[in-house]
Amino acid sequence: MEQDNLREWEQKCIQEEPPECTAACPIHVDARLFVKEMGRGDREGAFKVLARTMPFPGILGRICDHPCELKCKRREAEEPIAISLLERNCVEQATGRVRVQLLPRRGQKIAVIGGGLAGLTAAWDLLKKGFGVTVFERNSQLGGFLREFPESILPRKIIAEELGVLETLKGDIRLGEHLDATIFDNICREFDAVFIDRGAAGDCDLPLKQNATGEICADTATGATEREGVFAGGGTCSSGPYSPINETIQGRKGALSIERFIQKANMGAGREKDGSFQTRLFTSLAGIAPFPRVRPEAVDAGYSDEEARREAGRCIQCECLECVKNCLYLERYQGYPKKYARQIFNNERVIYGAAHTKNQFVNSCSTCGLCETVCPKDFNMGDLCLQARRTMVEQKVMPASFHEFALQDMAHSNGERFALSRHENGKVRSGWLYFPSCQLCATSPGEVISSYRYLREHLAGGVGIMLGCCGAPAFWAGRDDLFGDVMGMLRSEWERLGKPVVITACSSCQSLFKEHLPGMETVSIWKVLEETGLPHEACTASGTTLCVADPCITRHDRDVQGSVRNIVRSLGVAIAELPLSGDKPECCGYGGLMYNANPKLALDVIARRVTDETGRSLKHDYVAYCAMCRDNLAATGKRVSHLIELIFPHVDGSDPAARGWISWSQRRTNRARVKRMILRECGEKGESVEEAYANGALVMTPEVSRKIDERRILEDDISRVIAHAERSGKRLKNNQTGQCRAYHQTENVTFWVDYTPENGRFTIHNAYCHRMNIVGVKK
Amino acid sequence: MSLQEDVTEWSCGACGGTLEIVKVGFTYMKGNFEVDLPACNGCGLVLVSEELATGKMADAERILEDK
Repeated sequence: MEQDNLREWEQKCIQEEPPECTAACPIHVDARLFVKEMGRGDREGAFKVLARTMPFPGILGRICDHPCELKCKRREAEEPIAISLLERNCVEQATGRVRVQLLPRRGQKIAVIGGGLAGLTAAWDLLKKGFGVTVFERNSQLGGFLREFPESILPRKIIAEELGVLETLKGDIRLGEHLDATIFDNICREFDAVFIDRGAAGDCDLPLKQNATGEICADTATGATEREGVFAGGGTCSSGPYSPINETIQGRKGALSIERFIQKANMGAGREKDGSFQTRLFTSLAGIAPFPRVRPEAVDAGYSDEEARREAGRCIQCECLECVKNCLYLERYQGYPKKYARQIFNNERVIYGAAHTKNQFVNSCSTCGLCETVCPKDFNMGDLCLQARRTMVEQKVMPASFHEFALQDMAHSNGERFALSRHENGKVRSGWLYFPSCQLCATSPGEVISSYRYLREHLAGGVGIMLGCCGAPAFWAGRDDLFGDVMGMLRSEWERLGKPVVITACSSCQSLFKEHLPGMETVSIWKVLEETGLPHEACTASGTTLCVADPCITRHDRDVQGSVRNIVRSLGVAIAELPLSGDKPECCGYGGLMYNANPKLALDVIARRVTDETGRSLKHDYVAYCAMCRDNLAATGKRVSHLIELIFPHVDGSDPAARGWISWSQRRTNRARVKRMILRECGEKGESVEEAYANGALVMTPEVSRKIDERRILEDDISRVIAHAERSGKRLKNNQTGQCRAYHQTENVTFWVDYTPENGRFTIHNAYCHRMNIVGVKK
Repeated sequence: MSLQEDVTEWSCGACGGTLEIVKVGFTYMKGNFEVDLPACNGCGLVLVSEELATGKMADAERILEDK
């Protein structure tokens, strides 16, 4: 990922954008954090938050005209947070003092004419920036309009204390200075720059261009006047009611302009967010109950501490996190996309030997796209992760363990045991080509055969068949090389068969074909069956209710989702919609090879799909139309059937929802079975395609079988270990039980098997594996 | 289960000899390690227990994969 690319990704995620209150505040007080601290009862912490941005918190905290409250999101759920009352409670009682971090002294001297809030803010900011500052005030004391506030709101003592800071910072305060044009010219000559507080400079007759109301003309963005080095701001009361916060921002803008003027920097650059602006942050109010503002018991005295805490507790602490709320993967890594994009960028940049701490993270995303659907800015974490995986592959830092099992499964599907493509038996042309998918053949071999027969009977023009894998595992693994090979192979076979319309039974296959094989016309089998009508033997289960578990890949294919629902209803079944259906289905943990790179996360993800928000099991059985969804849901113990099992039911009338989990070994056996049955229907033998282990030589209990399957150990792997041990005699013997223990490395994995040989068969007690390579005994 | 228990529980099926605890070399993701494990010194057969393979070894693999 290049820097520009990172910026684009970062820009898309709005989680770090300021909340409405902060964006509305001209000086961008972190009101969200302030209110949070108040809610925790930490008044001193809250005061520090104010002091970080406010020039005179003791003054502004009492009199600010709080534009923040007009924008507060809480107003959409009853009333905005009483931020100003909270500020008052805070500054009236906080004992903390403002600690000023001074920048190194600079040589330049700045004059501030007029000691109202704008001028005082400019003076304060400029002193902090290290400039020498002299304030010229015509009255005998500083403050200007501040002195008009009643003593009960803003005591004189506070004004004196707060403004005293300017002298502490070695500001030169000159009171009773009446300026005229000559003195002004002298000031302009003597000082490097000048700021005029238009409110407090008032009736001084300065030789500067004025507007119709007699106000000195100044640029709204920078405060620059016609005279170089002279800036003006404040005096808002001449055009409307006195606004302390606007006086403050105008003084602050002037100080920033002066700094840039002195540094000869670009005056206007990057100042779009000076003052109030519109934030991009999105905050959902879903689940936020309306709740009225806390009214202070003693209106004049403001909030008691307890009232302040309660009012602050109403704050919803605006943030987006729409994706994180809906995705366990994003939640588990405790960040959000903007942070993740940066982490991935850094992960790619580590020098050899340093840690790639985000490797597993990058490979754990299911790429299901739910984040993009719920994100107000369409951030797709899957696209980011797939891009990062390709880079890892290019950089040769992709650990084999993340995808190896899945890629081997793909190789099996595209190898001699399964792959096949041919015209319908007895025909030389195919109008259609059935692509049932490797995983549907793996889990429902009989139904694949029945559905193929049905398609042949109901579609004219010849229905060919193609068995194989669409290459999704390679695509997800970032293996463009392997994916390209698969696509090339599928394309040439499809062309050889005369470019028929491809009927897919797996939405992932269809989606990849659409995107990567332009020119190939595809149609979902559900769409076809909706049109041809269902076979008469289809289960009619009147009176039952099922939840349709949409696969994540169909979130943008409402057409197919609709066909599936029509089919389900025509079986006499009522549909109870799941909360995350339609455009929001979650992945079953297979997508993106999450199950391979992060098996534990995949188990947690699928567990969430069978429960409601409170973690309770959902009442109805599910019907899935993705083979992996069916199998992963079934592995949790959920009663679930595949739609194809309802349309082409078993002759024995067995309950498909009770079928339960299926092992990876069984999946391979089933694929080989499909190939054999099709070859036989074509009058060929098809004997040699069975798996080597499928002759019943291995005996194990269901518990052992499930355990080794969860460890992704195939019966094929076990057979190889035993064959090697029995042939070479290299095995350990248990002194008590007589059991054998043997190990053998296949590609990158060393498999261990505990077994007992009995009359040419082997009872398997246990199996486990590791990826560390045994080099051998050190002599 | 301790390594010593493994040693007494298992023997080499190839030569019938007893196991002893020796240094066994491993490699993974560009890293090299030596671990004390029961093995038949003569035949070179080593013993990695299930506990080790699915515990410490799996943890180490995970860490090395994120390096």
